[in-house]
Amino acid sequence: MDDHLEQLYQDIILDHSKRPRHERELNPCTGRAEGYNPICGDKVTVFVREEDGKIAEATFVGEGCAISRASASIMTTLLAGLTPEQAHAKAHEIYDMLTKAEEPVVDLVEAGEIAALAGVRKFPARIKCATLAWHALEDALHGPDQVA
Amino acid sequence: MRGQTAPKDVSSSSNPSLLLSLNPATLRRDFPILERLVHGKPLVYLDNGATSQKPRAVINAISGFFENGCANIHRGVHLLSGEATQAYDRARATICQAMGAARPDELVFVRGTTEAINLVSRSWGDLHVRAGDEILLTEMEHHANIVPWQFLARRAGATIRVLPITPEGALDLDKLPSLLTDKTRLFAFTHVSNVLGTVNPATELCRIARERGITTLVDGAQAVPHGPVNVGEIGCDFYVFSGHKMFGPDGIGVLYGRGKLLSSLPPWQGGGDMVERVSFEESTFRPPPDRYEAGTPNISGAIGLGSAFDYHALLNWPELREHEHALAAAAHEALLSIPGVKIQGTVPGKAPVVSFTMDGIHPHDIGTILDSEGVAIRAGNHCAQPLMARLGIQSSARASFACYNTLEEVETLAKAVRKAHRYFG
Repeated sequence: MDDHLEQLYQDIILDHSKRPRHERELNPCTGRAEGYNPICGDKVTVFVREEDGKIAEATFVGEGCAISRASASIMTTLLAGLTPEQAHAKAHEIYDMLTKAEEPVVDLVEAGEIAALAGVRKFPARIKCATLAWHALEDALHGPDQVA
Repeated sequence: MRGQTAPKDVSSSSNPSLLLSLNPATLRRDFPILERLVHGKPLVYLDNGATSQKPRAVINAISGFFENGCANIHRGVHLLSGEATQAYDRARATICQAMGAARPDELVFVRGTTEAINLVSRSWGDLHVRAGDEILLTEMEHHANIVPWQFLARRAGATIRVLPITPEGALDLDKLPSLLTDKTRLFAFTHVSNVLGTVNPATELCRIARERGITTLVDGAQAVPHGPVNVGEIGCDFYVFSGHKMFGPDGIGVLYGRGKLLSSLPPWQGGGDMVERVSFEESTFRPPPDRYEAGTPNISGAIGLGSAFDYHALLNWPELREHEHALAAAAHEALLSIPGVKIQGTVPGKAPVVSFTMDGIHPHDIGTILDSEGVAIRAGNHCAQPLMARLGIQSSARASFACYNTLEEVETLAKAVRKAHRYFG
């Protein structure tokens, strides 16, 4: 398999897309938002439960490609314990990693599994797949029933 | 005198070498882009349903206009303006002849299929559709043949009704009589489905509608790329298509409107070139097609489209249609041999449009894997969300062929799909 494609669909992404973590509805929740990509019809709904100003739990349900499912799955593993501000900052780190002109320096230890998404940079048509869940998360942090 | 030869250069593709372009094998040489490598591999372009590639003749006609004949039409006393006007009118005459229209002024140059349908929904729709009336569409329409009618229905207080499809992807004609009521004002349907490849019996459908006094609009966007279409034989009131899917440039298309009907309609956009007399109090309007072509039109686009029709006229379509059917049949067979592949649209005689899904693999991921092999397809809902809902899928992968594609390319497609299966399966 070609290097770029290899990087795109490396084991972490394939693993998360085939066996997504936290793929379920969350009830009760403090925030819920749907992300929708009209180009491909992909949909993801992100649920968050905040306690004492911090995210206690985040889950998602939806239909999408390997990239969007893996991104949503990895995202839900990173949020517990973050304040909404920290979660927004995390989302913007991801957008920067995917879209900034200069190649990002990704510290694999520091960044963890989310670094697997850096390969999406090489596939501009797929960046929206990777950011869909993160945009929905940002809306969900504003309360229930948001639509991205 | 170079300037005097310009009209020939800019508007005609009568390049003798094209006369050799009669079969699929040699045809490819006319399309320079097909030499391109993608990710280091030969381009296998199977996204013709989105847009086709352009032959050298069309590219030359457009660049020839800009290099040697560029001027505005209808408004200059100078030589170049006269030549440009002639070239623009000649393109319309070429298309008229190729499509079996009665007169060139039945053809309006528009931006494409979408604009043509919007024009009809405004000019014809606002004049003829009233509260309580019905507009009949089909389940296989793309958004361009749905949304403008929704706008009209909302303005008029009319209702949209939908002719369903069969499981194979044909129109369910048994249901047609009950959907054509005394309230039906319009039956708008696609000639060829951009997802299923189904070729609808346009002539029969128009006859049935005509017998009931119902106006017809046929969306030919996916039909004109696959050989000559004769609007006289079809007997439709309106026929619409885009140039860019049939080897012409983007940003140009055609609305055909039956003579008397077209000349009875009000204008839709106001501006220069469509008027006779203008004062601040009122204006009077020119007859079609000028009435519907306000402002400076897409002159180079019209000339390019005319040259695309000239190019089509050189092709041996009976042979190419057979070739296209062979491509579709080979693609069906090769794809269905891969575990988990399902094909949407299996009506006999379909156009070479092959939409498919794979168990456990999202169409976007299929598209990315195929792209890595140089194979360009479309993945998504194909601007046909209601049809996707009817098929019970969110999106599909679509390989859409043109007459320049080859059986070897079908093999490359199948190999790449097998790679996707191995990778995700």
